[in-house]
Amino acid sequence: MLLYKIFIDPFVQMGASPDLLIQTLWEGLVAGMLYALIALGFVLIFKASGVFNFAQGIMVVFGALTLVGLYDMLTHIGVSMPVAAAFIALGLTIVVMFFLAYGVEKIVLRPLINQPDIILFMATFGLTYFLIGMGELVFGGNPKVMISDQLYLPKGSIDFKIFGGLVSLQKIDIAAAIVASIMVAGLAVFFSKTRIGRALRAVADSHKAALAVGISLEQIWVIVWFASGLVALVTGIMWGARSEVSFALQIIALRALPVLILGGFTSIPGAIVGGLIIGIGEKLGEFYWGPLIGSGIESWLAYFIALVFLLFRPQGLFGEKIIERV
Amino acid sequence: MLYREAGQFKTSYASDQAVFPILQDRIGVIVILLVAFFVIPYFSNEFILQAVMIPFLIYSLAAIGLNLLTGYTGLLSLGTGAFMGVGAYACYKLSTIFPGVHILIWIVASGFVAAAIGVFFGLPSLRIKGFYLAIATLAAQFFLQWCFVRLPWLTNYNVSNAIEVPTRTLGGIVVTGPNASPQIRYLIVLSIVVIMTWLASNLVRGRIGRMWMAVRDMDIAAELMGIRLLTTKLLAFAVSSFYCGVAGAMMVFLWYGGAEADTFNINQSFFVLFMVIIGGLGSLLGSYLGAALIFILPILLRFVPPKLGMTIHSATVEHLTFVIVGALIIFFLIVEPHGLARLWQIAKQKLRVWPYPY
Repeated sequence: MLLYKIFIDPFVQMGASPDLLIQTLWEGLVAGMLYALIALGFVLIFKASGVFNFAQGIMVVFGALTLVGLYDMLTHIGVSMPVAAAFIALGLTIVVMFFLAYGVEKIVLRPLINQPDIILFMATFGLTYFLIGMGELVFGGNPKVMISDQLYLPKGSIDFKIFGGLVSLQKIDIAAAIVASIMVAGLAVFFSKTRIGRALRAVADSHKAALAVGISLEQIWVIVWFASGLVALVTGIMWGARSEVSFALQIIALRALPVLILGGFTSIPGAIVGGLIIGIGEKLGEFYWGPLIGSGIESWLAYFIALVFLLFRPQGLFGEKIIERV
Repeated sequence: MLYREAGQFKTSYASDQAVFPILQDRIGVIVILLVAFFVIPYFSNEFILQAVMIPFLIYSLAAIGLNLLTGYTGLLSLGTGAFMGVGAYACYKLSTIFPGVHILIWIVASGFVAAAIGVFFGLPSLRIKGFYLAIATLAAQFFLQWCFVRLPWLTNYNVSNAIEVPTRTLGGIVVTGPNASPQIRYLIVLSIVVIMTWLASNLVRGRIGRMWMAVRDMDIAAELMGIRLLTTKLLAFAVSSFYCGVAGAMMVFLWYGGAEADTFNINQSFFVLFMVIIGGLGSLLGSYLGAALIFILPILLRFVPPKLGMTIHSATVEHLTFVIVGALIIFFLIVEPHGLARLWQIAKQKLRVWPYPY
């Protein structure tokens, strides 16, 4: 009976109402995309500097919060056109993210060069706390509403009639999907075609060899932290538009971690595919298997999916094979 | 001048392998213990005991537990908070099912429950390591926390979904529950922590500790030398979770007096990890120093500005605490990546040769 409930009943339900299945899949896809974006920020930094950047989730919130906070300030000092204010705020936020990247490189990473990984990891923890405190100190701790109208983000939903049911897609989710694809494509072009992109890949392969051919590590690190800051900002805008902007969002960063172990720390395609697998798996699990063992299993299901994968591929789906020599 | 080891000859293996080979160290430790046992309980008010000393000792014990795993065996774990929770809930269940049994027995026994759970969640460590393992232990954190919320059996079907500590006595003296005096609770916590620190120090200096450190330094080489990775790693998880479990049980029974699932959330795990890293990986003394710094610092930040006549909005203080703690973590890592314990070692070395530089 229990076996029937676990192994057969959910699939019967899926077959019985395909519209619900498609709706769930779509929601999983969207959630997965946002996870993938956060994981992408992690991967960029890990590849280039070997730092496991725990602060990525906070950078997402910090970016969104800075954007909204600056918008508020601009409207207060008399920028009357909301659209203009929104885009000025966006520009200023990008500048802030750049200075954040620059500051992190100068103040945190440079003095800690050549330290064990765990020390750098802890330093990003310190950064996390610092950014939480700073963000709340400057912009206040209350949840904020993302300025999606002023940034021309679409609202509402599109409804499809298929399989005799109704599937509704939020327009903001579609926009998020498009923006995410453009960003990933842009990053891919940037990595493969430009001079800096080639330097980035060289650094990812070997720090020493990159230094030997005259690539400036410091410059690369600033660029890579800035790039993942931008990814974080975009993620923050998209996620903020779906709910509200507050530090509760940082929990999604923890949700993105299983994506990393699934996809491998060093693989950009891994981050994307892993994100989608986790997102879809999570939503399907919650919807079809959740009622069996009580709701709220979303919080740990992703970790279990990732752990099961790890049993078979310890280096993740696309991770580099780790060859150990004694 | 006073801190010299000249003239102290070791004439037996026992004295060579003593925990504190130098006489001055032994005197120092005895003085600290005497002060902790006899002076502090009588000369400090309830606030100091309840808000500073008891939590400091409990966090020190949890930090020692994590240090055994992360510092000595090199396995990074982010599930400390959940293991503390296992200890707390196990102690609650055991003491309500068998109310007649001595509460201290249950506090220790709950450590064994935590150890069993810890071994189970330590299984992935056989296959993965480093940050991959850290994320895998987050599975323990989230799964166990979900269990605390969703299994009403754990809280004896309490409506508020929280556990409240029952009143238990020990030879006529109230030990736990709302009526227990802070002095008694402090002394119990102190005794348990001292005994367990002593056990840990012997553990890490003996065969088991050497096995752990060999695995930490290079697991393949350790395996070639005949150390079984399976048992060694799982033993590290078991002992570490045991310490965390006891710390968690004490936290609820002798400090908070009640708890809900959110008490043992992910921030608790990070908090203990900070203590271990700031204090010094692979150092028991470091666990104490780290706990002191990380725990007492926010308290100081809260109470010092009003004393200096500054009035700051409480929310601002909260945010400033975050900023300062974050900045200090980075600062300490930059100044001394090996932690406060290393600073202490350097200071000791300087003291030894003082007034000469070498």
